[in-house]
Amino acid sequence: MEEQLFTIAVYTENRVTLLHQISMIFSRRCLNIDSMTVSACSIEGVHKFTITCRSTRQMMEQVVKQLEKRIDVIKAFLLTDDEILFQEVALYKVPTENVVNTDIEEIVRKHGARVLEIHPEYTVFEKTGHTHEIKELYEHLKPLGIRQFVRSGRIAVTRSSRELVDEFLELRSKRKLDQ
Amino acid sequence: MEEKITGSEILIRALADNGVECMFGYPGGQIMPVYDKIYENEYGVRHYLARHEQGAIHAAEGYARATGRTGVVVTTSGPGAMNLLTGLADALMDSTPIVAISGQVGTAMLGKDAFQESDVISSVLPVTKWAIQVRTPEDIAPALSRAFYIANSGRPGPVVIDLARDAQVGTAVYEKQTAPFIRSYDSDPVPAQEAIEETARFINESERPLVLAGHGIMISGAEKVLSEFAEKGELPVATTMLGLSAIPTDHPQYVGMLGMHGNLGPNINTNRADLILAVGMRFDDRVTGDIKKYAPNAKIIHIDIDESEFDKMIKCNLHIHSDARKALESLLPLVEGKSRKEWRASFDQHRKVEEERVMARELKCAAPDGRMLMGGVVRKVCEAFGNDAVIVTDVGQNQMFAVKYSRFKSSRSLISSGGLGTMGFGLPAAIGAKIGVPGRNVVLFCGDGGLQMTVEEFGMIMEYGVDVKIVLLNNNFLGNVRQWQHLFFKGRFSSTPMVNPNFKMLAGAYVIEAADVAEASQLDDAIKKMADHDGAYLLNVNIDETDMIFPMTPGGNGVDEILLNESEYYKPV
Repeated sequence: MEEQLFTIAVYTENRVTLLHQISMIFSRRCLNIDSMTVSACSIEGVHKFTITCRSTRQMMEQVVKQLEKRIDVIKAFLLTDDEILFQEVALYKVPTENVVNTDIEEIVRKHGARVLEIHPEYTVFEKTGHTHEIKELYEHLKPLGIRQFVRSGRIAVTRSSRELVDEFLELRSKRKLDQ
Repeated sequence: MEEKITGSEILIRALADNGVECMFGYPGGQIMPVYDKIYENEYGVRHYLARHEQGAIHAAEGYARATGRTGVVVTTSGPGAMNLLTGLADALMDSTPIVAISGQVGTAMLGKDAFQESDVISSVLPVTKWAIQVRTPEDIAPALSRAFYIANSGRPGPVVIDLARDAQVGTAVYEKQTAPFIRSYDSDPVPAQEAIEETARFINESERPLVLAGHGIMISGAEKVLSEFAEKGELPVATTMLGLSAIPTDHPQYVGMLGMHGNLGPNINTNRADLILAVGMRFDDRVTGDIKKYAPNAKIIHIDIDESEFDKMIKCNLHIHSDARKALESLLPLVEGKSRKEWRASFDQHRKVEEERVMARELKCAAPDGRMLMGGVVRKVCEAFGNDAVIVTDVGQNQMFAVKYSRFKSSRSLISSGGLGTMGFGLPAAIGAKIGVPGRNVVLFCGDGGLQMTVEEFGMIMEYGVDVKIVLLNNNFLGNVRQWQHLFFKGRFSSTPMVNPNFKMLAGAYVIEAADVAEASQLDDAIKKMADHDGAYLLNVNIDETDMIFPMTPGGNGVDEILLNESEYYKPV
């Protein structure tokens, strides 16, 4: 089976040890997590881990089920790029002296980036986009001497109208009332 | 307002309110406030002092497996907690409900390498169903209520409560808890009606169905409905090793045990069946052999409460997500009575070959030099206890012979370390089992290697007078490794011969009655003496080390590629 990049959305309770509980499912199978972003989601008290990982679908389906098996994990979803809208954000720091002779506006316009700060010693660019777009800007700035670079993990929302976990939580609330 | 009490007292009260009758443990610095409350014994929770924390947790496992109730372990921080790891991993693999409470250093010292501090939660997460650190006395009762609920619902498993010293010595008002609702955890999924109906249709259409019954039958209490289901549809039932005793050995539809050293019939017929109905089992690699060659002619239906088991090893055509009892109860009225006599008889043909070619030799019990063979010893011992003892095993050849040659009448009669294969499990598990079901005979079959791994638990037998009959199948070898070395490593017996102590004297040091059985001619009398003895007993049986367990499906083979002996494959008609 062919490997591809998957996005796994993991909805969890807000507790310590969740990061460990999630990462150990990957490390047990020697799967390298490509990126991970943790934040609140639109449901109060529910946290969302957005993880990208390259593997086969069969492997990732097992991983998702084993993630859901953890008590504090509410629900996990295996997603491909066509099912989501996603972005990453990157910061690039270059020496200001190297920037002064270039057309900053041109760079910014071409790459849809922005200048976050201009300091006498350094200038920081910010770029939001997909991995390859962030890499393109990196290549463009490389001749100017990149002193620092950082790229965030992927964040994503689905093309569904609500949080994917909503339906599950509604079923569970109903179950609670039935008890 | 009710009076505030210490966290330690809250813990003991909450244990009692969660139905705990007894716990196994070992004190130490960071759990002393709790032990101070145990000393008062105010709430009727008995404590059994193990001689090692690993012994304590295996005893709790044995207790849980024999009773279905949650086994409780109490240890100190650091080394005490770390010594639980093997037992936790064992309990997770074999779906055994355990609540382990480990003391922890005070919260101010956490993360500072305090004396006997270890990062318990991080260490235990991969080998537990759930784990929590409790830092305040107020949190103890809710954490315990959650722990017991999680440990013994859904697919049972071990839970750890890491109890910081602050929580033990601080005070709070005790509030009795009701069963928690955990929104992220559905412990009791309802089987989908469509899947039930489709499964029934598959069963009714099938000419050659085979039911694979696992541990889930006993965990969910589905023994009776399994028998009715099998009878109504004339469905042959094979069990996994942990599924043994879910259906009586002499039930007309019972066809034997699956797996690497299972019976010929169910293994051969797995690949001849047109329908496999797997209930409360997980297609362990010892059961499937080479998965590429597994059940090529069958539709496969998988019933399990653990969704992550579906399609993990074997891709199934249909699955039912629920416990075994719910699923079988829903299926029972839909299954049609159908005669499948020829198919059922085909199992007996394989059985006959196995009896003649493999078992007859074992059941003679005596090797040419008068030493004994394990299968025969197991059969004789089981008969001496009316074939209705709780059989506990260690791991290795002793285990395989014990499970192959024992017979079962009642449920929860086989306690063995299946998934993890933990040597040293047997002795403490047998002690825990006897404490759990004092009215039943408990017989341990173990080897000389495994017994020595937890032999310190003779101390528990001595202190509490636990009536466990220990049958030591002693070949002065690590027998199973020896068998593999003989078959696959040119007979190079690397580190498998054992220089053993005098076991009778060792038992004597703990005031445990013991006898050596040197020759087969002495065996019957020795077994009778053991069975008649009121109290623990060690029978040290002199086993021929060349005795090997067959049939055997070597690794990499399909389930139907089975060795009858070291050089001959079974060629079924």
